[in-house]
Amino acid sequence: MQYKFFPHTEEDIKLMLDKIGVPSLDALFAEVPEEIRFRRDYDLPSAKSEIEIRNLFGNLGKQNKQLTVFAGGGVYDHYTPSIVPYIVSRSEFLTSYTPYQAEISQGTLHYIFEFQSMMAELTGLPIANASMYDGSTATAEAAIMAVASGKKANKVLVSETVDDKILAVIRTYTHFQNVQIEVVPAEDGATSRTAMQEKLQQGGVAGMIVQQPNKYGIIENYDGFADDCHQQKALFVMNSVAADLALLKSPGELGADIAVGDGQSLGLPMQFGGPSVGYLCCTEKLMRKMPGRIVGQTKDNRGQRAFVLTLQAREQHIRREKATSNICSNQSLMALWVTIYLSVMGKEGLKEAAQMSVDGAHYLYEKLIHSGKFKPAFNQPFFNEFCVKYVGGNLDQLQQRLLDNGILGGIKMADDMLMLAVTEKRTKEEVDLLVSLVTQ
Amino acid sequence: MNNKLYGNLIFELSRPGCRGFHLPNNPFGKHPIANELKRGSDAQLPECDEVTVVRHYTNHSGNNFGVDNGFYPLGSCTMKYNPVINEEVAAMPAFANLHPAQPADTCQGALAALYGLQKALSEISGLHEFTLNPFAGAQGELTGLMIIRAYHQANNDTKRTKVIVPDSAHGTNPASAAVCGLDVVEVKSTPEGTVDTEHLKQLLGDDVAAMMMTNPNTLGLFEKDIPAITKMVHDCGGLMYYDGANLNPLLGECRPGDMGFDVMHINLHKTFSTPHGGGGPGAGPVGVRKGLEQFLPSPHVVRKGERYEIVENPFGFAPDAPTMNLGTFFGNFAVLMRAYTYILTLGKENLKNVGKLATLNANYIKEALKDVYDLPIEGLCKHEFVFDGLKNKDTGIRTMDVAKALLDYGYHAPTIYFPLLFHEAMMIEPTEAESKATIDGFIEVMRLIANDAEHNPQRLKDAPLNTPVGRVDDVLAAKHPITTYKQSIDEQV
Amino acid sequence: MAKFIEGLYYSESHEYVRVEGEYAYIGITDYAQNALGNVVYVDLPEVDDEIEAGEDFGAVESVKAASDLTSPVSGVVVETNEALEDEPELINKDAFANWIMKVKMADTTELDNLMDAKAYEAFCNK
Repeated sequence: MQYKFFPHTEEDIKLMLDKIGVPSLDALFAEVPEEIRFRRDYDLPSAKSEIEIRNLFGNLGKQNKQLTVFAGGGVYDHYTPSIVPYIVSRSEFLTSYTPYQAEISQGTLHYIFEFQSMMAELTGLPIANASMYDGSTATAEAAIMAVASGKKANKVLVSETVDDKILAVIRTYTHFQNVQIEVVPAEDGATSRTAMQEKLQQGGVAGMIVQQPNKYGIIENYDGFADDCHQQKALFVMNSVAADLALLKSPGELGADIAVGDGQSLGLPMQFGGPSVGYLCCTEKLMRKMPGRIVGQTKDNRGQRAFVLTLQAREQHIRREKATSNICSNQSLMALWVTIYLSVMGKEGLKEAAQMSVDGAHYLYEKLIHSGKFKPAFNQPFFNEFCVKYVGGNLDQLQQRLLDNGILGGIKMADDMLMLAVTEKRTKEEVDLLVSLVTQ
Repeated sequence: MNNKLYGNLIFELSRPGCRGFHLPNNPFGKHPIANELKRGSDAQLPECDEVTVVRHYTNHSGNNFGVDNGFYPLGSCTMKYNPVINEEVAAMPAFANLHPAQPADTCQGALAALYGLQKALSEISGLHEFTLNPFAGAQGELTGLMIIRAYHQANNDTKRTKVIVPDSAHGTNPASAAVCGLDVVEVKSTPEGTVDTEHLKQLLGDDVAAMMMTNPNTLGLFEKDIPAITKMVHDCGGLMYYDGANLNPLLGECRPGDMGFDVMHINLHKTFSTPHGGGGPGAGPVGVRKGLEQFLPSPHVVRKGERYEIVENPFGFAPDAPTMNLGTFFGNFAVLMRAYTYILTLGKENLKNVGKLATLNANYIKEALKDVYDLPIEGLCKHEFVFDGLKNKDTGIRTMDVAKALLDYGYHAPTIYFPLLFHEAMMIEPTEAESKATIDGFIEVMRLIANDAEHNPQRLKDAPLNTPVGRVDDVLAAKHPITTYKQSIDEQV
Repeated sequence: MAKFIEGLYYSESHEYVRVEGEYAYIGITDYAQNALGNVVYVDLPEVDDEIEAGEDFGAVESVKAASDLTSPVSGVVVETNEALEDEPELINKDAFANWIMKVKMADTTELDNLMDAKAYEAFCNK
């Protein structure tokens, strides 16, 4: 029974069994019916030392190809300053749980308060929660929130330019909740405002969901959309790539009622897609309809400023089947990651990184169009990700050629349409290599 | 841990013009965004140098208490040791730098690990097939219930809209059922603390979609009637859902699949040692018995020969929802890597002892303290047990006071005021990772507190005194919510 | 000890109704505020809302509990007690003086389904 994670000696076990008054460890399970006892060994590999574990995962890692990433689609290869993982790995943060005992959790409570403050700044909305699982589930929760706050309206409009993967999550979450999802069509890669207005006028709409930049990387002009929605008593919900809000007109400035999205772009490693962190911000009016945890400021009995989990009466552990959502946890550690990232990048650094990504993407776009092998897919402004049509041959063969040269060359959107993303991490040499490979 | 508060907010350390990061020179030329698309005013993020940021968060970590600081007997949360090797594996660049859109040929190592974890969880739980996608236990519950609804729907059995949940269940169970559009019906507990099978009988019928249970239940008691319960529910056409929140004590002893459960989730951050991270990220893989695997969400990892592939499960619940998606990719991949590392590290020889030692520790504490704390239900517990406050009910000392006093002695408090069956509940779960010496120290302090309750109660009412902050005013926080720095500044003006 | 006032109507979900002509003033009982503890928020309905007896019209929250408000009568909301927006604690100070909404009743016979003070006190002490 001796093992590095089990501190018991044989003598300890004997003394403890004596105190309990049972003859053996097996007797601790005496009430479990014999017919359901598990009486064999697990069919699993034998225990491994750390040396073997390192070798095993080292070898598995070799079966993954390390690529220069020009793909986005919701996950971006932004740079992570070295202090971020260094501090996040401090075990006082890492090995703690939800800050139920505020007196010994002020570290967690402070950074969540900072996270909420930063997300509120970025989105331009006054209230933020302590984070959601990811951008897609945050968007689905926003759809449910819109229906919960609308009087008997159960329709949610989703623009065709919202990422298909996010739409699939919205459909899954709302399927059993008597929510009707309708897709608003797009023209030249941007949401059709007229089509939205028509659907709004049909009535019964609780909310309208759009994405910025949208699923093609296009920056849409959402001026006036919120007014259209509000005239029909519908909420305007915007999903944005968090880092891009450093430069783009904020959801608050556009009159959005709920702002949601994924925080991966704020320095989180790609990690094959997770864990990420979602954000959800809203107007003061909607605060109590918001799902998830919220940290608030208060005082302790010594008169000091302190922070505490608050507005808990909305949550599942109190409201049970009447809760606004079943979410219990938040992505706290990833929220810490984002908070330190934003602290060290600061007001200027975040803008500069975003602008450099935009500049790199436009440089690449111009080179590709200039080569004659690509044509524009849309006539629309874009951020750090764009779609182009390949007219130089077979797109699959092109992507394979890039892979063979260590490049993840974008995401295939259609038989002839490719979507490429650039971040501040990409060097001119890398971009030029990509261009030379596609124009060969 | 700090005994004085480091209480700054990063915004208060901000100085205009300071910066903590520099980019390389921009070689791409300027491509400004059109004015009508740009934001009118900057987001007011802090402006700090790197040293200030490092010290700020390092000092804040000192206000926190984690498993690495000391004993954390938070019932129902399984706060076991989080092996450091897990962190090292999850952070390996070969895994951390993978983009989820990489073709399967370029991420065979990651897919092999995911597949290996799916199979290991199947063996440990006795269920046929697992999805790793759910981000957390709560999302796992939602996934599992959707699978159950999809199953009934596929059988054209659409009137099953009821879910039976024990009155001692976690609040998440009814909340998840409601999100899934199901009506919750509570089944009572017997005075012995387990499901009242007579009451259950009255609730069963052709409108029951499923019954959700934890076993051991939230009182730490093994539901020994489980074979009969699963039979009753199956006979009426319902499915059995196992909430894996309390799986830890069963490692090596008993499998949910063998008990008759059809669908379950596992909280990897509990039983499989991934760090709780101040509230997440966790992971809540869902397993199903044979015959339900076609209802699992997408994407899913399968093995074809020597190669691993990513497939979309073609099943959907409706024409407009052709697949079930709980997130955009493969769930919390880096958390899954940690859990797989844990399973491979312990191996079959050590995993099987986890349940025994967790159960040993819990029963030892219970027996050592039941003369001074009120044990409402006698007998063997599993990984945890519940006291209903102090045995002496005349001291005026409540469970809240005991919890706060524990903080002063360097222990995290148990889960308090849950389950709701008892007014002064304190739920204690030690896990297998605690030594007899650690537990003896805790027992001694709990006895000291019980003694103080009789002879020096004010001391407990004043606790904690040695923590960075004292008891906080949560009424003030809820009455006048201040949830951002901007609001707190506006408040002062 | 909780207060029970004669002359009011009471529901099993702990709302009271004070009748003035065709209008009903609806709030939560002293017993209910006592059970909830410090009230931190009252979710008020909107004026002109049409409400049916047995339907939820709002909620009262304390730090660790929340209770939905169920209307004992049908009708149209003509006024809400906006003082509760800033001072929800008024409910703790005097639950019967601080009603939550005023409803123009559609059907006064619905009052017959409610309890009087004596019956409600017995219901609470059960």
